[in-house]
Amino acid sequence: MKLVVLLFSLLLSISAQAAIDAYKFDDPKKEKIYHELTDELRCLVCQNQNIAGSNAELAVDMRRKTYEMVSAGQSKQQVADYMADRYGDFVLYKPPFKASTAVLWIGPFIILAVSIWLMLRVIRNRREEHETASVSGEQLAEAARLLNKEDKS
Amino acid sequence: MNKAAIPLAIFIGLVVLFAFMLGQMNDGEYNPRDIPTEFIGKPAPSFDLPSLFDGQANVTSAAQAGKPWLLNVWGTWCAECWKEHDYLLTLHRRNIPIIGLNWRDEAAEAKKFLAQKGNPFKAVGFDPNSNAVIDWGVYGAPETFLIDANGMIRVKHKGALNEQVWQEKFASFFAG
Repeated sequence: MKLVVLLFSLLLSISAQAAIDAYKFDDPKKEKIYHELTDELRCLVCQNQNIAGSNAELAVDMRRKTYEMVSAGQSKQQVADYMADRYGDFVLYKPPFKASTAVLWIGPFIILAVSIWLMLRVIRNRREEHETASVSGEQLAEAARLLNKEDKS
Repeated sequence: MNKAAIPLAIFIGLVVLFAFMLGQMNDGEYNPRDIPTEFIGKPAPSFDLPSLFDGQANVTSAAQAGKPWLLNVWGTWCAECWKEHDYLLTLHRRNIPIIGLNWRDEAAEAKKFLAQKGNPFKAVGFDPNSNAVIDWGVYGAPETFLIDANGMIRVKHKGALNEQVWQEKFASFFAG
């Protein structure tokens, strides 16, 4: 039981992020936008971290820039566009769907489809092998002979 | 074909692919840390920064318009910038206009650095809070931009400048 509780508690440890700067917002909506943005913007010098979770100086600067833009009333899209204009789609953890990012978005589904197709093929082949090659006519005759022999004795 | 050969072939294929990619990365291609700039061929963002030197007018991008110029992002904390500095002085002697963007630095340290090693810059903007730096999509130092006479960014180079890089990427813009 204890083990089950422990295992489940692992599921609850969603990204524990340090709120490093104490920015004040005059509007809870802006604060929400700020948190969404810092979650979805990639830190450029410490890759595979978002700027909310990074203490690198550039991430601190980008958070400040995000804060300034959001408190000035800019929308989430405007800030994301500003960053992407400068640092490319790479800076976005949710890149927009376009030709250069199509593989990123569609790729997993293609891999899934191919895997299912391969799996079905393997299963079908196995089944055919079982049906055709398991017992030959000769073996059946031999089995019948042995059985009959036993009956007689 | 022998069935066991298929996984082996896939494995060898992957090894070859990974070795190739790793080799390319070591050669500077496919560098995961290399973020392509979105700026080439686009108008340079404007900036208006206080000068590193007290009492001088603000350093602005507008003041440079009309002929090609370089924007060099540097800081005394950046080791590559120290290496690059001698080459910037060489460019300065060739009358290449370089505007310095002193990034996230102590003003006193930066001034001492230039006083000791020589100052290759026409003017130095002081940007301790990365305002212009983020505006220009800079993420490391040194970075050098070439802005043409029409205010378009034509080249961005990340890392130290040297003669080879200069000849490859920059020289043609100053040939005329």
